[in-house]
Amino acid sequence: MESICVLMPIPMNSYLEQELQKRFNLLKLWTAPQKPQFIKEHADSIRAVVGNSAAGADAELIEALPRLEIVSSFSVGVDKINLAKCREKGIRVTNTPDVLTEDVADLAIGLMLAVLRRLCESDRYVRSGKWKRGDYKLTTKFSGKTVGIIGLGRIGMAVAKRAEAFNCPICYYSRTEKSDTKYKYYPSVVELASNCQILVVACPLTEETRHIVNREVMNALGPKGVLINIGRGPHVDEPELVSALIEGRLGGAGLDVYEHEPEVPEELFGLENVVLLPHVGSATVETRKEMADLVLGNLEAHFSNKPLLTPLV
Amino acid sequence: MATPNHLGNHDHRSKELPQVLVLEPPPIMKFYGDQFLNDFQLLKAWESPLPLDQFLSIHAQSVKALLTPGRYPLTRNILQLIPSLQLVVTTSAGLNHIDLPEFQRRGIAIASAGDVYSEDVADMAVGLLINVLRKISAADRYVRKGLWDTKAEFPLGSKLCSKRVGIVGLGSIGQEVAKRLQAFGCRVMYTSRNKKPFVSYPYYSNVLELAADSDVLIICCGLTEQTRHMINKDVMLALGKEGVVINIGRGAIIDEKELVQCLVQRELAGAGLDVFENEPHVPRELLAMDNVVLSPHRAVHTPESLTAMCEHVKGNLEAFFSNKPLLSPVMNI
Repeated sequence: MESICVLMPIPMNSYLEQELQKRFNLLKLWTAPQKPQFIKEHADSIRAVVGNSAAGADAELIEALPRLEIVSSFSVGVDKINLAKCREKGIRVTNTPDVLTEDVADLAIGLMLAVLRRLCESDRYVRSGKWKRGDYKLTTKFSGKTVGIIGLGRIGMAVAKRAEAFNCPICYYSRTEKSDTKYKYYPSVVELASNCQILVVACPLTEETRHIVNREVMNALGPKGVLINIGRGPHVDEPELVSALIEGRLGGAGLDVYEHEPEVPEELFGLENVVLLPHVGSATVETRKEMADLVLGNLEAHFSNKPLLTPLV
Repeated sequence: MATPNHLGNHDHRSKELPQVLVLEPPPIMKFYGDQFLNDFQLLKAWESPLPLDQFLSIHAQSVKALLTPGRYPLTRNILQLIPSLQLVVTTSAGLNHIDLPEFQRRGIAIASAGDVYSEDVADMAVGLLINVLRKISAADRYVRKGLWDTKAEFPLGSKLCSKRVGIVGLGSIGQEVAKRLQAFGCRVMYTSRNKKPFVSYPYYSNVLELAADSDVLIICCGLTEQTRHMINKDVMLALGKEGVVINIGRGAIIDEKELVQCLVQRELAGAGLDVFENEPHVPRELLAMDNVVLSPHRAVHTPESLTAMCEHVKGNLEAFFSNKPLLSPVMNI
């Protein structure tokens, strides 16, 4: 398979790159001085694209690669891949579900605790020497707070299971009510936000869910409410989020994703009720290896005419 | 016209209310005042211009109850000045400030914090652990410094699920920690003075063996003569280079100098600490480390815990003065 050309648009994981290089002809787009030129030169030989949450395969790229057979994403979210175009052209698409569910859910809870208990801020307090002059202020308890989850899929359910161990009542919003769950359902995100203290975004990004957390939702969540985004930046109206936090209409936020990564609104840097992470939901040594193995496994399966491991299209 | 004085209440009421001596205000009083104890006459030693021994000689000879914070050591010398003392109510989760054998000898009852704080302290332990493994504070600093770009990857963290977590001390707090971490898929084990019946987690009779089989140690026990520096160099080496220590007990349970050395020499992967040997002093080597998370002894500092403690203290004092059983008596010293 060493002659099969696989295109990777941006660096994402050195183990994955090494393994791809061993088994295929890996083309690293980010090393090309002129990217459109590079694509043109290799257009006839690229049969696979390996993408991730930051870079996938949009309509333009798909059109430029007439021999493209499969897009294998190093992520579970595939909002950067034009699925309709792939379906139209018979291009297979795979992602990395399940292996990262626990890490993302762990991070959601970690963000909740960090925001409510001001763990990052009080760490700064100690490091700056302020503790010698006086105690840090009171912060609010996490256990027992109501957690509202947007999207009760694998990740949403994993967040719920963890929050329950802290005696948090769970409620959710989903496209349709789930019959097999005991958690309380709300038919709209605004109602969900009005009835919970911590709101977690855990659904896929689609046309329908873009800006699903808007000004109205944030106002409903309120001055004591906390927003946790472990989905995609565009789930949240970011300028509205910034003003809601600055004006105190929203109590706090724990963010792992942003509308234009790696840009983070600088107005947030001075806020002590916010925790900012650089999109690390699945960023553990263990999980990234499992994700890489899934990408490799899917590609090998495809090129040996075997069933794909985790196909979406 | 009655005026308030350091005896805490207006003179004309002072004879009706049971007296409670307070040597130094506990955190609940600093944050919430003393309205919740309006049914008692508070003798506030710290407000008096008299030196303590004189104050006690004059005002505290018939006092039966003492309300104390955690930081104030209750030694034999002080007890000698409060000859009628029958009860001490402490607002601290720990009991290391109380000379327990001396109290037992004198037959003085102790009302502890009970499990009022347990959830908040357990939340702090879990919050610190996730923070260390997933580098939350370090990543937050990284973003705020403007260092995030798509070319350089922020260092990967370590997965929490399946980690072997050794809980040192399976009291009220330890059990709340265990319950939470099980939901994350951790494998929970513990050591304790005695094996707990009805507990399914594997028991280890000593902390060294627990450390050898663990990826994480969470210190949830009290500070006693036996537990002082219990987490020593051997224990930390047994935990190993990938090991993480979380301390929400007392600083002196860990040999802090050795902890710093192990972290500096990478014999340990990280630590999350809410307590230190000489608070508020924190070893300066830790202040520069990205793999440690530091917290200024505030695991119980939430309005929820502190207001619950006000009720709890009031409940214990009411029980005592009506000859009813205490809400949270300390037994088996």
